[in-house]
Amino acid sequence: MSALNDDLLEHLRTVADLPDLTGTRYQVLGKLDRGGMGTVYLVKDTGLGREVALKVLSAPDPSGDLAARLAAEARHLARLEHPNIVPVHDVGRLPDGRVYYTMKLVRGRRLDTWRDEATGRPALLRLFQKICGAVAYAHAQGVIHRDLKPENIMVGSFGEALVMDWGVAKAIDEPRPAAPRDDAPGRTASIDLEAADTQGRRVTAQGTLIGTPAYMSPEQARGEIDRLDARTDVHALGAILYFLLVGRPPFDGETPRLVLEKVRHGTPTPPRKIDPSIPRTLEAICGKAMAPDPSDRYESAHEMSDDVERFLDGLPVMAHPESLLERTWRVMDRNRTLVWLVAAYIVTRMIVLGLTGR
Amino acid sequence: MSKPMLGLSLGAALGFIDGASAYAYPYPDVRAQIIAIVIGSTFKGLVTGVLAGYFAVKLRSLPLGISFGLIVGLVLSWLVALGNHYYVEIMLPGSLLGAIVGFATQRFGRPGTQVAR
Repeated sequence: MSALNDDLLEHLRTVADLPDLTGTRYQVLGKLDRGGMGTVYLVKDTGLGREVALKVLSAPDPSGDLAARLAAEARHLARLEHPNIVPVHDVGRLPDGRVYYTMKLVRGRRLDTWRDEATGRPALLRLFQKICGAVAYAHAQGVIHRDLKPENIMVGSFGEALVMDWGVAKAIDEPRPAAPRDDAPGRTASIDLEAADTQGRRVTAQGTLIGTPAYMSPEQARGEIDRLDARTDVHALGAILYFLLVGRPPFDGETPRLVLEKVRHGTPTPPRKIDPSIPRTLEAICGKAMAPDPSDRYESAHEMSDDVERFLDGLPVMAHPESLLERTWRVMDRNRTLVWLVAAYIVTRMIVLGLTGR
Repeated sequence: MSKPMLGLSLGAALGFIDGASAYAYPYPDVRAQIIAIVIGSTFKGLVTGVLAGYFAVKLRSLPLGISFGLIVGLVLSWLVALGNHYYVEIMLPGSLLGAIVGFATQRFGRPGTQVAR
């Protein structure tokens, strides 16, 4: 009897937790994920007969700031039509007044879990280039993501990458609101940093800090909101590349505060110290993208992707001026078959010469 | 540079070097005929290169290109060796040079002449 009551209570709790979609064309099927600002549900679009994801504000929002942010996220996504950015279908309000939007239901795995199954470094780098492509496109449309991290990237079953969660994205040309908001430079961070998760949760809800500590740029960690631009996302791309190479974020620590301190003042452990098999050029690409000073970073995600492409093609990369020895080795490595054929010719000549000379 | 032109140039250059290296053999008759050997070897390399270049234009495959160059080099070297019976000395290096030219024409050079219509 007690178990039955528990089950009933659990069922009631689950049902009560689901949003009321009366008056919309969506029918809720279940809960998919919960983030800092909103919750994502699996819903059925009864009009078109397909399953989509519906994101609705779930955090308390007395000021209406978060609702405005969710609506802004939907607007940003609507202007980003790219194969590697999850498309938004619809935006509206629930009967209880909360803002929601629906987007394509992505079936796949998050980048952080997919990484362990990827077959080899080239596959990781090719996927990384797709992420760069999506971010470069967003920048070209005047939108910066500001919270790029492996948890916000889904890898589909056909190896496609989808950049998600544009909740703290910002249009570069967007005017700053007159009223104080959570990313206003003068406002003090009031989030309980000690209680937050260092990698999984954003420190965006109420503070001057935008992003996730482990993947933040130094200017983000210092709360310099006005300095954030495309190079902030380039830093995050460098951090994602770092994660793809070594399997852990560039900065970690016991508490978010410690992580933020490291981001502000430190440089991450060089990838080759963790895994010596990582090529120097890749380490250099990572280092250039994550340079503490934005002016030392790649100017754009596109530029970074091009450097990765050059690495994959065995060409010199702009992040790493190579010595004559390194250049010779690279050229030989790139033309391994030719080196073997020439070596075979020389050895054959010498053997024949040795045999006939006796 | 087009692939046949690249094959022609590289084949001729490598053939010249290969022919000249015959001077190192301790055969008096070879040293006496070194000029003819160099000219013949250059011509052999040139023909191998042109054929490998045209093959590369028709078919883009590194393994097949190398194999084609190797076989052409082997056959032409065999024809040359028929006259003097230095089979190993001529056929082994000749076939390897053919393979090198086959590789180069597959990897480098313009695929073909583009004609604007």
